[in-house]
Amino acid sequence: MAAFAPSPPASWRESSPLPGFGLALGFTVLYLSAIILLPLAALVTRPWQHGVGGFLGAIFAPTTLEALRLSFAAAAAAAAANVGLGLLIAWVLQRYDFPFRRVLDALVDLPFALPTAVAGIALATLYGPRGWIGGLLEPLGIKVAYTPLGVFVALLAVGLPFVVRSVQPVLADLDAAYEEAARTLGAGALQTFVRVVLPALGPALTTGFALAFARGAGEYGSVIFIAGNMPGVSEIAPLVIVGKLEQYDYSGAAAVGVAMLTVSLAVLIATNTVQTRLSRRGGP
Amino acid sequence: MTLTIDRVYKQFGRFPALAGVSLEARDGEFLTLLGPSGSGKTTLLRVLAGLDRPDHGCVFLDGQDFLALSARERRVGLVFQQYALFRHMTVAQNIAFGLDVRPRRTRPPRATIKQRVQELLALTQIEGLGGRYPAQLSGGQRQRVAVARALAVEPRLLLLDEPFGALDAKVRKELRDELRRIHDATGVTTILVTHDQEEAMALADRVVLMNAGRVEQIGAPWELDDAPASPFVFAFLGETNRLACEVRGGVARFEGFTAEVRQPAAADGRGTALFRPYDTRLDASANAEGLPVRVVDVRGRGGVRAVECQALSGQRFIAELPQSAADRLEVGQRARLTARRVMVDFADTEPVRPRAPERLAPRERRPISPSDPS
Amino acid sequence: MNAAAARRVDRPGPLVLVMVAVAWLLVVIGLPLATVVVQALAKGLGVFFGTFRQPDAVAAIRLTLLAAAIAVPLNAAFGLAAAWSIAKFEFRGKSLLITLIDLPLSMSPVISGLVWVLLLGARGWFGPVLAAAGVKVIFAVPGIVLATILVTVPLIARELIPLMIEQGTEEELAATTLGAGGWSVFFRVTLPNVRWALLHGVLLCNARAMGEFGAVSVLSGHIRGVTETLPLHIEALYNDYDFAGAFSAASLLAGLAIVTLIAKTALERAGAVNPSSRGFHAP
Repeated sequence: MAAFAPSPPASWRESSPLPGFGLALGFTVLYLSAIILLPLAALVTRPWQHGVGGFLGAIFAPTTLEALRLSFAAAAAAAAANVGLGLLIAWVLQRYDFPFRRVLDALVDLPFALPTAVAGIALATLYGPRGWIGGLLEPLGIKVAYTPLGVFVALLAVGLPFVVRSVQPVLADLDAAYEEAARTLGAGALQTFVRVVLPALGPALTTGFALAFARGAGEYGSVIFIAGNMPGVSEIAPLVIVGKLEQYDYSGAAAVGVAMLTVSLAVLIATNTVQTRLSRRGGP
Repeated sequence: MTLTIDRVYKQFGRFPALAGVSLEARDGEFLTLLGPSGSGKTTLLRVLAGLDRPDHGCVFLDGQDFLALSARERRVGLVFQQYALFRHMTVAQNIAFGLDVRPRRTRPPRATIKQRVQELLALTQIEGLGGRYPAQLSGGQRQRVAVARALAVEPRLLLLDEPFGALDAKVRKELRDELRRIHDATGVTTILVTHDQEEAMALADRVVLMNAGRVEQIGAPWELDDAPASPFVFAFLGETNRLACEVRGGVARFEGFTAEVRQPAAADGRGTALFRPYDTRLDASANAEGLPVRVVDVRGRGGVRAVECQALSGQRFIAELPQSAADRLEVGQRARLTARRVMVDFADTEPVRPRAPERLAPRERRPISPSDPS
Repeated sequence: MNAAAARRVDRPGPLVLVMVAVAWLLVVIGLPLATVVVQALAKGLGVFFGTFRQPDAVAAIRLTLLAAAIAVPLNAAFGLAAAWSIAKFEFRGKSLLITLIDLPLSMSPVISGLVWVLLLGARGWFGPVLAAAGVKVIFAVPGIVLATILVTVPLIARELIPLMIEQGTEEELAATTLGAGGWSVFFRVTLPNVRWALLHGVLLCNARAMGEFGAVSVLSGHIRGVTETLPLHIEALYNDYDFAGAFSAASLLAGLAIVTLIAKTALERAGAVNPSSRGFHAP
């Protein structure tokens, strides 16, 4: 009885007694390739139809550049504002008890579930010259609809839940002992918040910012109704893509698309780095 | 029905979990795989269940190549350490599972399955719990469900992986006796993995003591006690005193006394003697012979006491003495220690490094009776 | 470990904070919602219901339902397959796979539509092939379905993957040793253990699929009665200055959003599912 089976070669996967690996992974990869990879490949290869010069020309055309600038700047500004606002709302929802708290908590998720077209026309109407809010601001000389400010306002609404939902679980898990220790050592409420709570929330806030930014930069439906869409003034980057498609400028559209994806990717990597560094410094 | 394991070898990365294990299990036998963590006992169990494949070696069940079968085909009942009960099924559904999933041809009719479930509930003494969910059961009850579920498919082998680990001592002892009773009632060949030496010795027909992926000794519990095959076996199976010695002419020689060597035909040489507390003697009389020690502590209840003492080197020993002898000793008292029978570990020639000799704490002294020496 | 408990608001400082937070929420989220309702009913119930009797509206609703009816089950199957392979097995390239699955979440919806035009449009990679076969994908219903699938691909998978990883393989291994085959193990052991997370994911996926605008807008062609989904129809009505009509249609989708939210909250409240801090997406 000396049958020696040869040692199995070190392979890319561990063998398992559970069945179905090949089928499941095969289907997954096939589906992913057909739905995501293949279309993306078509996108990434398209801008170079007219060479690198064509690619750069498409992006650096004045109106396109302006649109990219508006999309990213508005997204960054709105995400930054939402870091503060989202933090406030997450704090209030977690730490204080007041009537209808649960309803308001559920309401935070609305921008996730609400179709952007619905939000878009509602915001346009609300902040338009005869809207409830727009009407109040008009006499003060503040125009929201059809201006870059409108884009900013729309992205504020859209990005809020990202920050709130990133921060809330971390707040919920935060051990009260740290704050209590700070208090017993003599720190005031604000000091405790700034020195003990805020650092612990750093990674979550960074994640919230990144998600809100990514969403805001690519946002279309919520924004195009309120934006006015005047090239060079209040036109957002996604609209530029739509415009180029209508003119059959496929490579131009692809160029803008690739540019947007690249910036999103860069921001994602940057925030991941910041987040890792913050986590490494270690909060509670 | 004989299970034969032949030179099974399995490596995880660079770590050999099984380094050539061979053993045989007879029909209806209760084997325990005993050993420290990392000894390979769980790995061996998983190989038998079909959850891991060995790198080399064979396993035969009644002459049939067992390794050629998939985990599904082996008809082995496995009781997991954390039970792995199906959380969304009732107890009855859990137990019936192995029968429910059989292909239509071999599946028994529903009434038969139901009856079998009732039988198993009765066998494991959890009648009435059939409708409950695992989350509603205690640890001991879940354990019984796991055993019942494994038995439902009438397995050729019943494998248990540290089944009592997560339970408290009293429940553990109860279930241990239950398990033996169930084994005797069903007659299924059972292999149980444990690191608890008392449990292994109490349950097994034969114990397989493993260390670092190899089998150190296989035998009935009394065999391991009386005739340990190696110093590792001796040390693993009970409280052990150690003292450097030299063997000459089949006798272990210490400073001041000699002792009988357990190993027959032991060669001459230096080594470390291992001996049990019950083979250790303390003599506090004036002209006693042996290693000089001081009594440090007297512990225990009932007819037998454990006396802890310390030599000049700081090394500590435990002697098991009858109560009458122990009562004559006081903490701080000098005495002489001898051993009756020792096992010599020739591989261990380093002097045992003792802790720094402690100052003996003052203890309440009993009134000295006139017959006390010194 | 104790988490800080919610305190009653009894001092001026916290009171201000609470009032500001509540006010902000009401303005930013509550007012737009109110606008939809008010504007929908602005011209009375007759006009409200009349909106849904228009043949174009009916066609739009039908197309929206069709797209969701195809996208959701397909993505559910994908989610289950992906979660099964990732959670129950060890292999190299897992994190790459997960990153790829998450990719559509960080893509602008317009880009999610653009990629299909570039792949299957008249001047795309397979344009000539499709034209020769007489198959119209872009500016037709198949394209809309494909765009809907792409934007909702990650949603169910992201619900299932962490949960199945957390649940481990023990129950499945136990089932295998008891003699169950692959499909038995999956349907009897794995699936029941993830059913609430699956439902949660299906709810989110469905809401997103029905509400998708940007991606569908790019490749729909906006042909009324044929390639308009409900969100596109809303845009069309709005651009025609039929505000009551646009908001009436919008209120239907808003109602769906609220029902989804209620169901989602109920699932999370019942502890069946962990609140999806990961379930972020962009319609």
